[in-house]
Amino acid sequence: MSTGLKIMDNATLESVIEPSDHSYIKALKGFFEEIAGLTVFTLRFFKEAVKPPYEFNELARQSYLIGYKSFPLVAVTGFIMGLVLTIQSRPTLAEFGAESWLPAMVGVSIIREIGPVITALIFTGKVGSGIGAELASMKVTEQIDAMEVSGINPFKYLVVTRIVATTLMLPVLVIVTDVISLYGSYIGVNLKGDVSLHLFFLQVIEKVSFSDIFPALIKTFFFGFVIGLISCYKGYNANKGTEGVGEAANSAVVFGSLAVFIFDMIAVQITSLFI
Amino acid sequence: METTVAEIEHLKKSFGTNHVLNDINLKIEKGENLVVFGKSGSGKSVLIKCLVGLIEPDEGTIILLGKNISDLKDEEINLLRKKIGFLFQSAALYDSMTVRENLEFPLRDLKSKPKEETRVLVVEALKNVGLGDAIDKMPSELSGGMRKRVGLARTLILKPEIILYDEPTTGLDPITSKEISRLILDVQKKYNAASIIITHDVECARITANRMIVIKDGICVAQGTFKELSESKDKWVRSFFE
Repeated sequence: MSTGLKIMDNATLESVIEPSDHSYIKALKGFFEEIAGLTVFTLRFFKEAVKPPYEFNELARQSYLIGYKSFPLVAVTGFIMGLVLTIQSRPTLAEFGAESWLPAMVGVSIIREIGPVITALIFTGKVGSGIGAELASMKVTEQIDAMEVSGINPFKYLVVTRIVATTLMLPVLVIVTDVISLYGSYIGVNLKGDVSLHLFFLQVIEKVSFSDIFPALIKTFFFGFVIGLISCYKGYNANKGTEGVGEAANSAVVFGSLAVFIFDMIAVQITSLFI
Repeated sequence: METTVAEIEHLKKSFGTNHVLNDINLKIEKGENLVVFGKSGSGKSVLIKCLVGLIEPDEGTIILLGKNISDLKDEEINLLRKKIGFLFQSAALYDSMTVRENLEFPLRDLKSKPKEETRVLVVEALKNVGLGDAIDKMPSELSGGMRKRVGLARTLILKPEIILYDEPTTGLDPITSKEISRLILDVQKKYNAASIIITHDVECARITANRMIVIKDGICVAQGTFKELSESKDKWVRSFFE
């Protein structure tokens, strides 16, 4: 029995829509294609990650490149972040006569929010763009195809190792950044005061609880995973040509940063349910 | 007795409305050099990429070393690929690795091979292409011709039964092109491997071909020896050789 409903094909659909609307449909189609592509890519990651053989050597190499080589940048940024946050917060706290709260306030801000988010954003800029550009360039110069025809699984070798490395290394970098940032804050406090390092850290530790540290640390694993995933997805699926390399690096940073904020928002909502 | 190592039947591949391959049929025998000739964009590279499973054909059957590749699982295809060498147009050397690491890379799954044996294989493969000195160089330090040679050495290291060459002389000067073409011939003699050589370089075809096919609009329009095709009655086919 006919229901009277007709499914329109693309041509019919386009003929009944104003030409100016085509770009919206194209963009919407592109968006859903991207979501579908990323979902398939994520599922493939989990499938390949658990299946032996495991690429431990390449994972160690990537962890070194991603973690150790990012250290100077995040360390400098962390130091400046702590110093500036302290200098900027002092006048406001001084107005309320609460200058002694400076170490605790800066400590909680850094550990709960600023440390993980800023480190993740810097990580996206340095590591995410690097992974996006590297994989895209390997794709353009047929290096990924060469790996595949050698009988080696390029997804496992290139993608799984990088995503696991970013997932494991970002939390480590965040911990290091937090500590250096607190040291920067200590210097900031001492620019107009005299507090010993011991007393400063004592004041921070007194006000920072497990519920500040644990959720902040857990979310950095998700940040690392999503940054690695998006960068690898963009690089691995880059279009042919040098333009594709630039585009992959750029989208890795843009979408990686956006994903960090979205995951942060979700993490804050989830955390607020329990605390 | 001749042994068929690769057989393609009714192969079709389209990209959107662009029908690149329209019913390609061909066989290649062990130890034979088959040159595939055709204009740029005629689907020559797509043909060999379909052969190794880099591109999935829309229709048709591909039988490699007695196995229908569409019936194989990922692991089985990877094992089969170890018996097939592929020299890419750009050589596709891994930029972040030295020449030695590039050559060791295809051997990494063969855990039974001791380090010393791997080293000997790498040195031997490089000597075969006349580049014994380049072992510790990075790909960026090599010229176009040297990159092609290293690419060929990497292809040969697993002693493949079938070798696919994607425009091996493109971008090289006439002297280096001739050297690469002679190298292909040497490889055929030394390894007795079947080769499919994609090219539009007449000199390369003259040196290497035992048999040639010409592709036009996604179908095989002519086949024969170099001499037969260069004297073809078909003006379009003959125009390649003029």
